[in-house]
Amino acid sequence: MLKRNRRTLGDALFDRFNVLGMLLICFLTLYPIWYVLINSFNDGKDAMSGGNIYWIPRMFSVENYTAVFENAGIMTAMGITIAKTLIGTVLHVFFTAMVAYAFSRRELIGRNVYMMIGTITMFFGGGLIPTYLWYRDLGLLNDFFVYIWPALFSFFDLIIFLAFFREIPDGLEEAAKIDGANDFKIFYSVVLPVSMPVVATIALFHGVYQWNDYFTAVIFTTDETLQPIQTFLYKVIAQSSSTQIIGNMSGGAITRRVTGQSIKMATMIITTLPIVLAYPFLQRYFVKGLMIGSLKG
Amino acid sequence: MSANLSAEASAQAAPAPKKNRKLLVRLANQKYLQAMALLGIAWMILFNYIPMYGIMLAFKEYIGIGDPANAPWAGWTHFQAIWEDDQMLDVVKNTLGISFLKLVIGFPIPIIFALFLNELRSLKFNRIVQTISYLPHFLSWVILGGILITFLSDVGIVNDILMGLKLIDEPITYLAEPEYFWTIAVSSDIWKEFGWNAIIYIAAIASISPELYEAATIDGAGRFQKMRFVTLPSIRGTISILFILAVGAMLNSNFDQIMVLKNQVNETSSQVIDTYVYQVGISQGRFSYSTAVGLVKSVIALILLLFANSVTKRLNQSSLF
Repeated sequence: MLKRNRRTLGDALFDRFNVLGMLLICFLTLYPIWYVLINSFNDGKDAMSGGNIYWIPRMFSVENYTAVFENAGIMTAMGITIAKTLIGTVLHVFFTAMVAYAFSRRELIGRNVYMMIGTITMFFGGGLIPTYLWYRDLGLLNDFFVYIWPALFSFFDLIIFLAFFREIPDGLEEAAKIDGANDFKIFYSVVLPVSMPVVATIALFHGVYQWNDYFTAVIFTTDETLQPIQTFLYKVIAQSSSTQIIGNMSGGAITRRVTGQSIKMATMIITTLPIVLAYPFLQRYFVKGLMIGSLKG
Repeated sequence: MSANLSAEASAQAAPAPKKNRKLLVRLANQKYLQAMALLGIAWMILFNYIPMYGIMLAFKEYIGIGDPANAPWAGWTHFQAIWEDDQMLDVVKNTLGISFLKLVIGFPIPIIFALFLNELRSLKFNRIVQTISYLPHFLSWVILGGILITFLSDVGIVNDILMGLKLIDEPITYLAEPEYFWTIAVSSDIWKEFGWNAIIYIAAIASISPELYEAATIDGAGRFQKMRFVTLPSIRGTISILFILAVGAMLNSNFDQIMVLKNQVNETSSQVIDTYVYQVGISQGRFSYSTAVGLVKSVIALILLLFANSVTKRLNQSSLF
């Protein structure tokens, strides 16, 4: 009871303002996405001629979404995005974890040299042009695998794995070794299954990178059937004349009540939805993963 | 290559040939482990080190055909050309200006947010605010750029509000006016990342011993005094490390964002080194010149990192290296 009395008027006022401030922050964070959502569910022609829509759809319609799903170009791009995210993430997590496991073992001969080779890559790189010319020589231009091989490994992610692997009790590995398992087998049948929290963290980080990355395609591909949905949107959004591009691409849709802007809104929502639905469930993993990476790395 | 290197290094440490044989036995015993590690090294050589070797283009005259290694040497001419490039002044000014503002304004905000979040009494509300604040981090710059272009257009919501409040008389197309670009770039970047960047601080604050707060309460410390004298000093190490990393990455942070928001009308205040390298290099095919521009950026970034590292080291004994 004494504690309660100590809460002065200033304290109570501070609490009120703090809560209000936080609510304002939440509003400012959510509103832009809400705006896109309501506009994607509004009749396109109406949105264009009737003034801005702020809170709820004025003329509810799902036609924008139908138009998007009927658009072959958008659907191909969506397929590329899903493929690169799934394949890229699985391979990245497996490969980076495997190298990290080898690096985590104290008896690894040359370990310090290997670590130094890796550390340098975090602070220095070749830059855009040498990379571009090298990928050209490797035959990666206009190849789906330009999304996969260059993103197979990351030394930064390796450090996060490393910190986690160090915590695994040696006894687990010893037992497998006595059973005659080799180091690779120990890695995938003993170490990987007990490392699911860090695997989930890295999978989320890399999955988001793969899903959101638009620039790899802009730089390294010219073939439009290889471009992911983010690149499609980038071309529509940043290279202006969006109405024309989407109008042309959506073919028959232009005679309907959809506009370039309204299709854009629907595409943005479809593109964003998977991540927005997934991340809150992975939250407890990535908070931990980030901590390990930053404090021990 | 590096396997030989490390084997040699270890062999030098071992004086007798007997030990050399022992090393071979040890290597044979860990052949799977070595194979796993060397696959990683091979990847790094292929995708990090060979492009680094390509930096020599900056000192050559390469026009895009054939092996860059055979191109004639150009000495320092490309760097001299950078010095004489009319656009360079704007490019450097924009790069440093936007990066500097992002650092100065964007770095403290997550710390302040974490401090105030920690003061919320309801744990549940705290968690909800946190989760919401991460959301923008997961949106791509393409999506956010699309939203910004819509909001900031002449018929957009920003003009609606400002005209409704009678703050402006005529609608402004913000992204077509160079004078607004820095503000847009800096504030949208902060909007996107402040919640995400606060994660580590929130976790660091959560690990502070409650006894420290109890002791401070007994000593009669108020809310702000506890923030100032307990919470803040406890996360000082975390702040330093993240500050060094932020300075090191300072010049890298704006490529994705600026490519979306940049257009031909705002170019005088939106062209940064990265976008300039892309434009001159990939679009115009001036490979050697743009490599030189990129190299100048890398060198500046490295100097900034070392500088930040030494400053924080002097200030409070925590540093990266």
